[in-house]
Amino acid sequence: MATLKLNSVKKRFGKTEVIHGVDIDIAEGEFIVIVGPSGCGKSTLLRMVAGLETVTAGDIEISGKRVNDLEPMDRDIAMVFQNYALYPHMSVYENISYGLRIAGVAKDEIARRVATAANMLQLDAHLKRKPRELSGGQRQRVAMGRAIVRKPSVFLFDEPLSNLDAKLRVQMRLEIKALQKELGITSLYVTHDQVEAMTLADRMIVMHDGVADQIGAPLDVYANPATQFVAGFIGSPATNFVPATSLATPRSGCATVGVRPEHARIVHSGNGHATGIVTFSEALGAETLIHLALPSGEQFTVRQEGSMPGRNPGEHCGIDWPPASEIHFDAAGQRVTAR
Amino acid sequence: MVESRGTGLWLTHAGLIVGVLIIFFPIWLAFVASTVTQTEITQPPMPLWPGDRFFENYRDALVSGVNAPVARMLANSLVMAMGIALGKIVISLLSAFAIVYFRFPGRRLFFWLIFLTLMLPVEVRIVPTYEVVAGFGMLNSYSGLIFPLIASATATFLFRQFFLTVPDELAEAARVDGARPMRFFWDILLPMSRTNIAALFVILFIYGWNQYLWPLLITTDPSMNTIVMGIKQMFPSGDDIADWPVIMATSILAMLPPIIVVISMQNLFIRGLVDSEK
Amino acid sequence: MEKRVIFKGWLLPLLLLMPQVIITAVFFFYPAGQAIWQSLFIPDPFGLKSQFVGLGNFEFLLGDPYYRASFVTTAIFSGLVTIFSMGIALYLALLADRLIKGAGTYRTLLIWPYAVAPAVAGVLWLFMFNTRVGVVSWYLGLLGYDWNHVLNQTEAMGLVVAASSWGRISYNFLFFLAGLQAIPRSVIEAAAIDGARFWTRFRTIVWPLLSPTTFFLLVVNVVYAFFETFGVIHTITGGGPQQATTILVYKVYSDGFVGQDLGSSAAQSVILLLVVGLLTVIQFKFIERRVHY
Repeated sequence: MATLKLNSVKKRFGKTEVIHGVDIDIAEGEFIVIVGPSGCGKSTLLRMVAGLETVTAGDIEISGKRVNDLEPMDRDIAMVFQNYALYPHMSVYENISYGLRIAGVAKDEIARRVATAANMLQLDAHLKRKPRELSGGQRQRVAMGRAIVRKPSVFLFDEPLSNLDAKLRVQMRLEIKALQKELGITSLYVTHDQVEAMTLADRMIVMHDGVADQIGAPLDVYANPATQFVAGFIGSPATNFVPATSLATPRSGCATVGVRPEHARIVHSGNGHATGIVTFSEALGAETLIHLALPSGEQFTVRQEGSMPGRNPGEHCGIDWPPASEIHFDAAGQRVTAR
Repeated sequence: MVESRGTGLWLTHAGLIVGVLIIFFPIWLAFVASTVTQTEITQPPMPLWPGDRFFENYRDALVSGVNAPVARMLANSLVMAMGIALGKIVISLLSAFAIVYFRFPGRRLFFWLIFLTLMLPVEVRIVPTYEVVAGFGMLNSYSGLIFPLIASATATFLFRQFFLTVPDELAEAARVDGARPMRFFWDILLPMSRTNIAALFVILFIYGWNQYLWPLLITTDPSMNTIVMGIKQMFPSGDDIADWPVIMATSILAMLPPIIVVISMQNLFIRGLVDSEK
Repeated sequence: MEKRVIFKGWLLPLLLLMPQVIITAVFFFYPAGQAIWQSLFIPDPFGLKSQFVGLGNFEFLLGDPYYRASFVTTAIFSGLVTIFSMGIALYLALLADRLIKGAGTYRTLLIWPYAVAPAVAGVLWLFMFNTRVGVVSWYLGLLGYDWNHVLNQTEAMGLVVAASSWGRISYNFLFFLAGLQAIPRSVIEAAAIDGARFWTRFRTIVWPLLSPTTFFLLVVNVVYAFFETFGVIHTITGGGPQQATTILVYKVYSDGFVGQDLGSSAAQSVILLLVVGLLTVIQFKFIERRVHY
């Protein structure tokens, strides 16, 4: 059990700075997910915590101890890699126990810990197999097992589910969450998938261009995005952005107005805050997504109950939403709260 | 492929069989010659079917030979071929590991120096190399036979290429697991390179076994001759008649070990060949 | 391509490099440097001191009719070896590729001459064509052809070419067969359905798609003929008759070790070095274009 703290951590590769000072404070046992598009620096940040990349500036502390200059093995962390990084010539048992064997843990203790982990991960029957004889999900579990047996203070996950198919991903997501709750180990998890972030995180960090745009509980981030980027990245379908000047009654004090698709509804043409032409509508059963083109050129998506009447392409409609649901941003994309 | 059928199929087989027979013929003749008497050979035409002197001829060759017992030459060849194959594999594994997995001052320079050696076969620098070996007093010694022939970087280059294809995450996972560099090398990199090592071993063994010019220069003592170069030494100078049955038995013995290696490890051999030419 | 920085430290990697560096320095760079250095001197006949002559050795060589003849000999020899060994190998590979069953068996039967050392190949062919006991030369005699490669320059060249090509067929066969098998079957089947007969298919589809392999083998075989055939020449003809089979590598040896003309031998080494360098550059240029084998 440990805390993990990042103090204005920066990373430069040559002359280009890819992480511009990130502060994170993770409590004991907390599950933190870093989410962001590819190239935002999230993996680099994780690898710095792991000790696989050097820290250009700032401090990383685990349980209050500065670890910047420690080797990965001395940081009391375990890591699950995107492609699992299983040793192809070792059996599952050897893969899981490798770290313990290096640490010189006694044989019977190793056997006991591997048995516990294998049991927890339903790998008992596969301990003698080689990684290539396992399915994707099983490999994933072996990678988890390797992390678990070392009883680390901090778990690090680098997009561990991105190599799995959609169905398995949902299942493994639940397993990881349950496992982390059971073990109570402080975890830092990196993903580009916002659904994964929303479902797994106690708190999530949205990263964008080497900066942590927002840190907070998933629902809080969803309801109160700090920047236009966060509003657009978290939530699917994405938040609609409309120029403040193009609304029926132009808003002042902000440049862009954000509206979540579920807050908007279709009204008769001429009513509401904006008008648009239906481009197409997707009936998904429980809900229907109606895509419209605004006169200003923006796309706008309305999400409505599946039981509501659909709309035909070419139809002129009005779009309405409760003014309180609007999210306002300035020209730089920062949230404007004083309304 | 558009498979041949009927007559075409038979013609294809016939063409291949003729090719195989022509390629076999010199070796068949050598084998026959190694099983008959000297008289049968010196009164042409020699028979084309094996005689009954197999054991006598091979015993003569192995035990007494012409200048030195062929058994001794076989042992010399074995030491040389193994020394070259294993020596080159060991030093190349270590240096390729250093070049791929570390950053240190002079790394690029080392890389280019090693790369440069790819260009020059030993035949091109024989005179000065001979002087160096003579200067170390390594004439007529195994180290003299072996060291100059492992002084090139083909294998280093090969292992470098292979190490570059090993996923970075494996080394990182090993680091997180607490493995120091040599532990990673020993526990992970080496076992993963097994096939490449075996394939390279086959190629290098044959390369070492078949060396001719170098042993010819530095082994003046018949008891240090390797079998491949020793055959030529068995021919008498001047007009004396060569002891053909013993010479041909020796030729067969000289071919046998590399042929066994090639046939028994055919797939590794082909792989090694393709790898080492890339 | 580079690894991400993985392990720290500089002492360990230097130690790991040491064996290779020491062996290469002592047995490679020093001798190669010596070759270049010696090529600038003429030692006196007693080997007591040597006189600096600059490029004199090179000037002498290029004006030396024997050396120029050796160049021509090498060109003819390597040209013939390359053509014969590649031609026969391609022919056999085309046949084997037509079989669905059995190609592997023929491959096994055809690859093992690769393991026969050039020097041993030389002895085998010498035995077949020996003027006194050779079977082939005896039957040629029956047909009224008096074979004598000890005296006849053309026959000597023919014999070393045959022995050198023979040992090389396996190698070329392997690469040609691999190259042929790498050609997508659908392409050839499509051509067959379009009505192209075997020869047309070969000319318009197989040969162009095989060209990377062919070009690669061309370079490799020239290198082989230049350097690795020393054993064949030394066992069969000893460079004769009248130097008719003295290729460049053989001349480096005979001038350096038999003739003890170190300056000239070193200069020849340097020239060969340039030739190999050129061939290697060609090979690497080609390999950069990445072929399929």
